[in-house]
Amino acid sequence: MNATELRPRQVPALEVRGLAFAYPDGLQALFGINLSIARGERVALLGPNGAGKTTLVLHLNGVLRAGAGSIEVGGLEVTKRNLKEIRRRVAIVFQDPDDQLFMPTVRDDVAFGPANLGITGPDLDARVMRALDAVGMAEVADRTPHHLSFGQRRRVAVATVLAMEPDVLVLDEPSSNLDPAGRRELANVLRGLDLTMLMVTHDLPYALELCERAVVMNEGAIAADGPTHAIMSDLELMRANRLELPYGFDPTFGRAAR
Amino acid sequence: MAAPQCKVAASLLFVLVVVATPREAFWAFGAYVACILALALVAKIPLTTLARRLVIELPFLIFVIGLPLLARGERSELLGLSYSVEGLWAAWNILVKSTLGTATMVLLASTTSITSILQGMQRIRVPSILVAVAGFMIRYGDVIASEMRRMRVARESRGYEARWLWQTRALASSAGTLFIRSYERGERVHLAMLSRGYGGTMPELGDGRASASEWTMSLTFPLAAAAVCAAAWLLS
Repeated sequence: MNATELRPRQVPALEVRGLAFAYPDGLQALFGINLSIARGERVALLGPNGAGKTTLVLHLNGVLRAGAGSIEVGGLEVTKRNLKEIRRRVAIVFQDPDDQLFMPTVRDDVAFGPANLGITGPDLDARVMRALDAVGMAEVADRTPHHLSFGQRRRVAVATVLAMEPDVLVLDEPSSNLDPAGRRELANVLRGLDLTMLMVTHDLPYALELCERAVVMNEGAIAADGPTHAIMSDLELMRANRLELPYGFDPTFGRAAR
Repeated sequence: MAAPQCKVAASLLFVLVVVATPREAFWAFGAYVACILALALVAKIPLTTLARRLVIELPFLIFVIGLPLLARGERSELLGLSYSVEGLWAAWNILVKSTLGTATMVLLASTTSITSILQGMQRIRVPSILVAVAGFMIRYGDVIASEMRRMRVARESRGYEARWLWQTRALASSAGTLFIRSYERGERVHLAMLSRGYGGTMPELGDGRASASEWTMSLTFPLAAAAVCAAAWLLS
């Protein structure tokens, strides 16, 4: 028996070491990323457009293959052979729910992931309903996705990956295009999940509210990594990385509230 | 209410039988029409609805009108207009068979939800990739249509009115943009599928085996039609 099995809590949920990547057209998107996220942590990934945030996210479940460096999810390395298990462990919620909801009904869509894992029959139905319950969308199970509101579709998109019972939940711009109430409802759903979470966002108040730790990326490298309120209070750092707080917003409020 | 796979199979068989019928057997087609009307009656679909939905077939029939005038072969005259006998037969053949086929599909679509039809197709072992493509078409039809609507609003907001032929250029480039956007969306959807463990085959979802009585009931019509078809071949 090795140490991994004895003390699973000490294995980071996500470990990225020296990750570099260039797109086939030669554009270098990532320059040696190092990032370690402990189990149960909620981390915001901040940075301007084109910083490489989405590129990094697509490496986490092996959709893009590292040019150099390595990624481990709960101690399991992302390789071609482990891909199936990696994709069960790392769930990605994409920005546009219309890209994520491709089946004719909500129920079929939520079932798609677990069915790919080989789950069938009553087990599958139970998982689907559990996932839909977790986001409060059980009553729309038999509707077609295009009859739902945008906020509902976003929450169903979260359910589609929860049904895979992942260890790490990665969200790409979870609050974009949501109205304030939808944004609030999604925050409540996310807070209620007992998962390691990595959230790519431009919505800094949302990041401050949900994530105790923030990682700032710029030009394919990590520019800062620390407590969210500390990063947001560092105006120099914020300006250097094209990050701006909303008018009148005080990031120290977050520390006081905690 | 029969299971969707029974209805899909019965509809397909019925259409196959109709297509296999010799075109000279007018009475056989009369029997098929009676079949469809009877089904519409049982399903409580008003004939006006049936007729209205058949309109979808019209664009395809325009070509058929030309056939008797354009086809070669033995010619005859009607009201001073010369037409080809072979062409007239061909036109009749296409007209009657496509109308019966469309009517069958209208009946199927009016009594079965789209998702059930897809499930039915999957259960009678239609290749899952075809079912998936059909599903995507239905799922994304609305998404792409609303994208198209937004582009039209954006064009018109900038004072665009398609009045002259040379103004179609804007339409053409809109169509091109729409194509590229849809293609990119396809790639993103594929990414989302991969991320949820898609390995090249669509998973089979749900199970709903049809009982023997459902199958017998559903297959009555195509079997009756097959008998009519066989008789038509024997008599011709």
